[in-house]
Amino acid sequence: QVSELVQFLLVKDQKKIPIKRADMLKNIIREYKDAYSEIVNKAGRTLQEVFGLQLVEIDTKRHIYILINNLPRAEGQYLCRDKEKEKMGLLLVILSFIFMKGNSVKDSALWEFLHLLRVYPGKQHSVFGDVRKLVTEEFVRQKYLETTPIPLTDPPEFKYQWGPRAEKETSKKDVLNFVAKIQGKDPTFWASQYSETRA
Amino acid sequence: NTVMAARMTDAHRRFLQVLMSNGITEGSEARKLHQHCCETDKVYYAHDKLDDFISTINSHLQPLFMQIRKGVSEDDGRAHYAVVNLAETEVTKMASDYTETELELFRKTMDLIILSENGFASSTDILNLADQLKTKKMKKKEAEQVLKVFVEDKWLSEKNGEYTLHTRCIIEMEQYILSNYQDVARKCNICHSLTIQSQVCESCGIGMHLPCVRKYFRGQTEPRCPKCNEFWSCDTP
Repeated sequence: QVSELVQFLLVKDQKKIPIKRADMLKNIIREYKDAYSEIVNKAGRTLQEVFGLQLVEIDTKRHIYILINNLPRAEGQYLCRDKEKEKMGLLLVILSFIFMKGNSVKDSALWEFLHLLRVYPGKQHSVFGDVRKLVTEEFVRQKYLETTPIPLTDPPEFKYQWGPRAEKETSKKDVLNFVAKIQGKDPTFWASQYSETRA
Repeated sequence: NTVMAARMTDAHRRFLQVLMSNGITEGSEARKLHQHCCETDKVYYAHDKLDDFISTINSHLQPLFMQIRKGVSEDDGRAHYAVVNLAETEVTKMASDYTETELELFRKTMDLIILSENGFASSTDILNLADQLKTKKMKKKEAEQVLKVFVEDKWLSEKNGEYTLHTRCIIEMEQYILSNYQDVARKCNICHSLTIQSQVCESCGIGMHLPCVRKYFRGQTEPRCPKCNEFWSCDTP
């Protein structure tokens, strides 16, 4: 049972789809419901021990899980396939923007910022394709970004924040260091953001 | 056996993660990766110990019915590595990525390739299958697109308008192919791996990979079958 669950989780995670407890019960655990916790715990330990992946519950109410890479971060090169690497690059830039702007930005502000990088919501991008879909759907579904409607706005506006996967897979410290490196300054230059990374 | 008892380190885990996300990894890339992982995670590295390194990982993958397998490219004889799921049947691995109709097209293409003499199926023959599919008839244009995706995802490879199974596919589906095409599928007489584009002895029927034939008959003026010793009738590649 444990090995089936491990494989199920690996396959789901390949697409970065969050895994619901209901799916695990239905597809894998089935008759062994009583042993659910034990099976899940064992699967989690195996994933850590053999693959260096951690099973994390990102929604304790609705019981939704993701797998995050628990290995110490290494220099980029070998880690992702090319398409992934570029998407992750864009994501890092977006996460940085959100963090530097106080952890929450309006969608209009985000698109204005991306304009500066020649990334437009209406236009097909040569690398990213349909960017609007990538940012508003794919990154949100993968739990890298979280979007919430801003109340009392008409037409409805949304705000973007870091999603739970981003919180687990990277850190404010890493992101601030990234920004500092690009701008050739010391991270302490941004006093308020720097103090957040020390929290 | 000390290798079997060896513990997994972060270097092993990192190697495994990258192998899994690559789908298939060529031999020299795997060696570079081995070095990179050992250096990153500060684990003892010996350049000729890749096989032991992989054995350690495999001993931990075994209870999960998974394995890092080595296969040989039918083009150039180079080694490639892939992470294989031993418990899966046939195309289960592909099941989450493609529709029922696309999977049916793939299975039928696989039939054509394996039952062919030279291990290739022409694009015309495959496209003709498209409107005979049971699940849903596919237009030729759509089938062409699907074939392109199979090539991109490394299940098929294409040469001059003809398709054969990609090395990745052969490594991952070796068990399935050997058991489901028992009468037709052959193992190479030299390296004992499944071979799709094989040369076959006219007398006794054994098969060999083209690169294995090349190596075996190098320098011989009169190539003879290693099993029955009859004159080898095919042109050495």
